[in-house]
Amino acid sequence: MTKSTKKKASAPKKKKSEPTKEKADFIGFTIEGQLVKAMPGWTILDTARHYGFHIPTLCYHEALKPVGACRLCMVEVRQNGAARLMASCFSYPQEGMEILLNSERVQNGRRWLMEMLLAACPASPEIQKMAREFGVASTRFTAEDPMEECLRCGLCIRVCEEIVGAKAISFGSRGVTKHVATPYMVPNDACVSCGSCVAVCPTLAAQTRLDKFRGDLAQRMAHGHQAPHAPQAHSAPF
Amino acid sequence: MAQVALRTQEFRIGSPADLADYQQQILSERDPNRPVLIVCHGTGCLANGSPKVADALRQAIARAGLDAQVVPEIKITGCHGFCSRGPLVILQPSGLFYQLVKPGDAEEIVQTTLIEGNPVDRLLYVEPRTGEHIVHDHEIPFYKHQQRIVLKNIGKIDPTDIRDTIAVGGYQALAKALSTMSPDEVIDAVEQSGLRGRGGGGFPSGRKWRIAADNLRKNPGPMYIVGNGDEGDPGAFMDRTIMEGDPHAVLEGMILGAYAMGATQGFIYVRMEYPVAVRHLQIALEQARSLGLLGTNIMDSGFDFDIQINRGAGAFVCGEETALIASLEGRIGEPVPRPPYPAEKGLWDRPTIINNVETWANVPLIIDKGADWFAGIGVPHSTGTKIFSLVGKVNNIGLVEVPMGIPLSRIVDEIGGGVPGQDEFKAVQTGGPSGGMIPYALKDTPVDFDSLTKVGSMMGSGGMIVMDQRDCVVDVARYFLRFLEEESCGKCLPCRLGLKAMQEFLDRFSKGQGTPEDIVELQSLGQAIKDFSLCALGGTAPNPVLTTINYFRDEYEAHLAQQTCPAGVCKDLITYSIDPELCNGCGVCRRICPQGCISGEKKQLHTIDSNLCIRCGMCFDECPVDAVIVQ
Repeated sequence: MTKSTKKKASAPKKKKSEPTKEKADFIGFTIEGQLVKAMPGWTILDTARHYGFHIPTLCYHEALKPVGACRLCMVEVRQNGAARLMASCFSYPQEGMEILLNSERVQNGRRWLMEMLLAACPASPEIQKMAREFGVASTRFTAEDPMEECLRCGLCIRVCEEIVGAKAISFGSRGVTKHVATPYMVPNDACVSCGSCVAVCPTLAAQTRLDKFRGDLAQRMAHGHQAPHAPQAHSAPF
Repeated sequence: MAQVALRTQEFRIGSPADLADYQQQILSERDPNRPVLIVCHGTGCLANGSPKVADALRQAIARAGLDAQVVPEIKITGCHGFCSRGPLVILQPSGLFYQLVKPGDAEEIVQTTLIEGNPVDRLLYVEPRTGEHIVHDHEIPFYKHQQRIVLKNIGKIDPTDIRDTIAVGGYQALAKALSTMSPDEVIDAVEQSGLRGRGGGGFPSGRKWRIAADNLRKNPGPMYIVGNGDEGDPGAFMDRTIMEGDPHAVLEGMILGAYAMGATQGFIYVRMEYPVAVRHLQIALEQARSLGLLGTNIMDSGFDFDIQINRGAGAFVCGEETALIASLEGRIGEPVPRPPYPAEKGLWDRPTIINNVETWANVPLIIDKGADWFAGIGVPHSTGTKIFSLVGKVNNIGLVEVPMGIPLSRIVDEIGGGVPGQDEFKAVQTGGPSGGMIPYALKDTPVDFDSLTKVGSMMGSGGMIVMDQRDCVVDVARYFLRFLEEESCGKCLPCRLGLKAMQEFLDRFSKGQGTPEDIVELQSLGQAIKDFSLCALGGTAPNPVLTTINYFRDEYEAHLAQQTCPAGVCKDLITYSIDPELCNGCGVCRRICPQGCISGEKKQLHTIDSNLCIRCGMCFDECPVDAVIVQ
């Protein structure tokens, strides 16, 4: 992994609006020893990305509320003589914090996460590429399904709920058997086939599942006015 | 248990004087010298048939045709804590203690004890080390070395009758607080007492309350308080006993908390698997409401507060406070990252205080007897008492309450009566499945929040599982890990994938596969899970593995280097054989072997076919001359 410590002067990618309040509202802290200033409401991740620091994420998307599920964005925070790890997507900076992006504890955790992800999503080239970035080439753990590429980050579910508003999919079951599913495991007419889930999915797992999500097109076009088992249009009357 | 109908429907307690009058009235209706036969109806005794014992006693008393003066009252109470000896029958006021009572013993108890006035010898507790028969409950070592303050009423009162609670001084603390203390003074008292959360984290309760009260002042509106009774640790039943045996202590504590912080609505979150606790709490709520101790205008002080019971649907992780809030709101019971802490933004984004029911049950004691009295119990920074459920390889299994800071060995040896058949325990797992194992070498560790954390374990909610030389640390660590893997909500990757990965390591170890470097790798993985997990379930889950590697590394190495399981548990590494010197050819092993793989003629040496043997260990357990060897 490359340690990017130089500030990218041009074109910050943040969507956040430019400061309108006076300067006292900035929160000053350091990332990798560099003094940075965060706007009120910015998380540590927002600030780091604004300044061009690379923090890996899988379950984070700018348009969605952070949930802190993938834990790849963990950073080490030193404050008042104590060090602790925090999920940067979810944590807000405080004045005087020292943030380390690649401390030993952070690297140790990320390496293990990538090794476990290689076994959890063996079919995903994206995960393999990411793992190589962290120097993890192979895994010692058993892959239960060699075709699996979904890591249960929940981005597809959140975009469907928060942005599209369709709520067509959710998590089924829990714990190690948790998976993305529609109600009763049947294609769901609430799906509007917008493809947002495919667009946000970090591993293209949503693409292979899309046909399991979306229900009958004719049903969707009728906006629920038709009976569930109404005759199909092409079954021509005699 | 039949619900006792209240004759007080029209009566409301409107002042401390009313409460004192009512207490006097209840006490004056009772004859302190009248014998009371207490039959324990805790869940353990219920399972052992205590309702049948109570019925048999009632019938036996009716048949005996006793004088009206000496007819004993039969009282149904919550758990006495000595669960391995249930059903228990205790004759008050003398405290005559009978254990393992069967319905068939009722006649003899009535005849010998009630009519002739002598104890029934065969039902008395026998001290296992001295063989001495002990007559009274307070002389039994299990009770003698405890300091019961939270549990003091449990086993004395009928939890379904509020009059019993009031007779022993229930709701006095509430009356005192409402009439003489301001809300801030209540918080001050809890802060000064040093009370720390009994559910696991050990956060100072007073400080938490102060934060919530301040937040409410800044942001006026509703505020909620929650009693966390979602006790899910294997082998733990402290909260259940409190809710079943003294529900009013929990209610009074919560009402006091609500008064101190300005909450208007409370919830008690009880797990679905505790139906008796739910029933007793419901009865207690109704009775408290009917007396004006709960609901609108409590004790005519103008303070409104009510409590609702919510049942958990069986997820261990819902004991975690943010997951509990999600569950109460009707969402999936998954933790969310903190901060914001619930004291700032909890239920429906309002300030919320969640305390374990044991913590709430401590609050009335602090208000009633004073913060200094409470702070005088235990050790600095860990004040008061703690209830532990003492289980595993120990003679006296049950619920014990001891002052904080007591050495671990005193709990196991003096109260628990030591390990059956062995001089010393091998390790004690404290803090439930996510706690750690404390080896015998650290037997003098004081049991308080900070000392337990220092040795790599934790107080947790108070489970205490004793292990002996026949318990393999690799196997035990595997067991706890499997439990937590099943109970992981699956939200964050380190917990969902990591616990499975750790288990893969341990599975290999239990088969003798792996290298010493793998042990180091496992430690590194455990540390990564601790560092990266979202909530405390994942953050503490590696503890059993990490502490056992720390304290029993030689045992891990024996699995890998010598391919043996020193405790004789891991099935792939052991073989059963029969010692030709000791075998007397009785044939017990041959008859019980489920595989039929033991052969031998009567009175001749028997042999085990290890190709067929499934290492179930039945022959080992049953052999009358201990001729079966595990290697």
